[in-house]
Amino acid sequence: MTRTNDIILRTTTTLIAFILLGFSIYLFFAGHNKPGGGFIGGLMTSAAFVLMYMAYGFRSLQKILPINFRFVIPVGLIIAVATGIGSFIFGEPFLSQTFAYFQLPVLGKTELATALLFDLGVYLTVIGVTMTIILTIANDRGEER
Amino acid sequence: MSNLAALPIILPLLAGIVVAFIHKKTKIVRILSQVISVVNLIAVAWVFLQVQQNGSIILETGGWAAPYGIILVGDLLSMTLVLTTNIIAVACVFFAPQSLSKHQEEYYFYSFFFLLVAGVSGAFLTGDLFNLFVFFEVLLMASYGLIVLGNGKVQLRESIKYVLINLFSSMLFVTTIAFLYSVVGTVNMAQIAVRVQEVEQQGILTTIGILFFFVFATKAAVFPLYYWLPRPYISPNPVVSALFGALLTKVGIYSILRTFTLMFNQDVQLTHTLFIYLAALTMLFGVIGALSTHNVKLIIAYNIIPAVGFMLMGIGIFSEVSISGTIYYLVHDMIIKGALFLLVGALVYVAGTSDLRKMGGLIHHHPVLGWMFFMASLVLAGIPPFSGFIGKLLLLRGGLAQDELMIVIVALISSLLILFSMIRIFIRGFWGEKTENPYPERKRKAAKMAWPVAILLSFSVLLGVGAEWFYPTIQSIAEYLMDPQIYIDSVLKE
Repeated sequence: MTRTNDIILRTTTTLIAFILLGFSIYLFFAGHNKPGGGFIGGLMTSAAFVLMYMAYGFRSLQKILPINFRFVIPVGLIIAVATGIGSFIFGEPFLSQTFAYFQLPVLGKTELATALLFDLGVYLTVIGVTMTIILTIANDRGEER
Repeated sequence: MSNLAALPIILPLLAGIVVAFIHKKTKIVRILSQVISVVNLIAVAWVFLQVQQNGSIILETGGWAAPYGIILVGDLLSMTLVLTTNIIAVACVFFAPQSLSKHQEEYYFYSFFFLLVAGVSGAFLTGDLFNLFVFFEVLLMASYGLIVLGNGKVQLRESIKYVLINLFSSMLFVTTIAFLYSVVGTVNMAQIAVRVQEVEQQGILTTIGILFFFVFATKAAVFPLYYWLPRPYISPNPVVSALFGALLTKVGIYSILRTFTLMFNQDVQLTHTLFIYLAALTMLFGVIGALSTHNVKLIIAYNIIPAVGFMLMGIGIFSEVSISGTIYYLVHDMIIKGALFLLVGALVYVAGTSDLRKMGGLIHHHPVLGWMFFMASLVLAGIPPFSGFIGKLLLLRGGLAQDELMIVIVALISSLLILFSMIRIFIRGFWGEKTENPYPERKRKAAKMAWPVAILLSFSVLLGVGAEWFYPTIQSIAEYLMDPQIYIDSVLKE
């Protein structure tokens, strides 16, 4: 196997992936009352992952991120559905949400909403689905060779 | 407010997710799926009784009030269909281990199965047009997964057809919802029903109505749009075929029934007359298809199409009797199509071929299977006292009362031809000289396959013999559908 000369790609990736991941987390938290949310946050995170896969290759990424993305899909789904069902316990209609303000150590007064939990489910599902699709297609070609 | 309306969606959804976690452990998954689907059936039956006693259950999800939020409406029609769906689901889940390969079971069959049930139940329950689109997508996604399960070459070819046609109709569906939204400014079905009466130019609404009909007709396989249906339906595993044949086209018919009784009933002269003609053509062409082939699976798949014609005929005639006929036929057809696809799956399994010309004499080796098939044929063709007869009787009575002689004659002829196409399978496949059993070792598995079908068939017989008992419920649904005001009032609470 020849070594490819991709030093520019790798160097920029370290920087860009970092920014992408940071921004995706920002988008995720901006979630339910500003533009953003679990879906777009998940997409951006998977974009960062895909970039890293392209720059460093399948093997090394499997070492750094030993996640079975196919497993992430049901995890995300169950979180999302569970937050919906949570409202059953409180006698509220299905998918009801609520929020409250808490005094947190570093952040100060913070709004915590159950919508965020639902978003977390969406976030994980989107990462799981996108990564599964992309990695399956990518692996397919490798097997044929 | 009552969360009961969401129960038939959430239970299978949860089951599908849980099963996805442990998809490799086939045995546990199998038992878990069977237990959950039985529990789900009992839960749905309980909700059905609640609705029957206390009237519609309305759930405003997330606590958002009716015209603004997404609502789920568990009325008697929805709950009847959801109950039927779950009966079929239980039969399929018990049939599945016999006919699926280990590989297919491992690769998320049960997850997709539960998602499909959740999607179908959701489509029946939703009271929001855009949400109907969403649930259509949910059930389509699951069906895409199911149709390619097993990865056969034929399956891949047929699934491309299936995906393309559904993608196209879904696209049109959203576009049409956008058209309607620009005219009436809402997607809540009850509010649409109120506002369509206030729109000054009724012409545009008729156009939108026809577009909706086009979308649903593609899903339901009505006359010019049925060409895609037969082959994709027979290429996957028999269980999947049974699910598709029993549930998917019926969701399309349900949507037509709902939208054209509730919202687009202002130009009955045009739209519903169109339905009658299309229904006649659907019956004729479907039955011709069923007679044209020697492939037993294909015969059953083609038999879906005339049934769609019968249901559309009831909607087209648009009287209380004919609508109750449509509902009766809908329930009957869901059950019998499920049973038939499973039966034919078992038949092909024991014969080792789906070509009718290569079979014969199977009744000597598999008497139970043979007689069940004979009974199913009679049910499908509508021989009294079975359930098909009651549905057809109501439809024909409705047709005669409105002087729609043409459709009545076509319906009678096609019933006869349906019986012919079914009996052909019975005569060629089961009758004949006693030959050597081609696969004697398959006898035990075939017996296991028979009893889920027997359950479905007994429901079908019950539906026919106990017509006296079911008819008042069906009639009250028809009354309810003919008076949209009840639906509107129950949702908008004015």
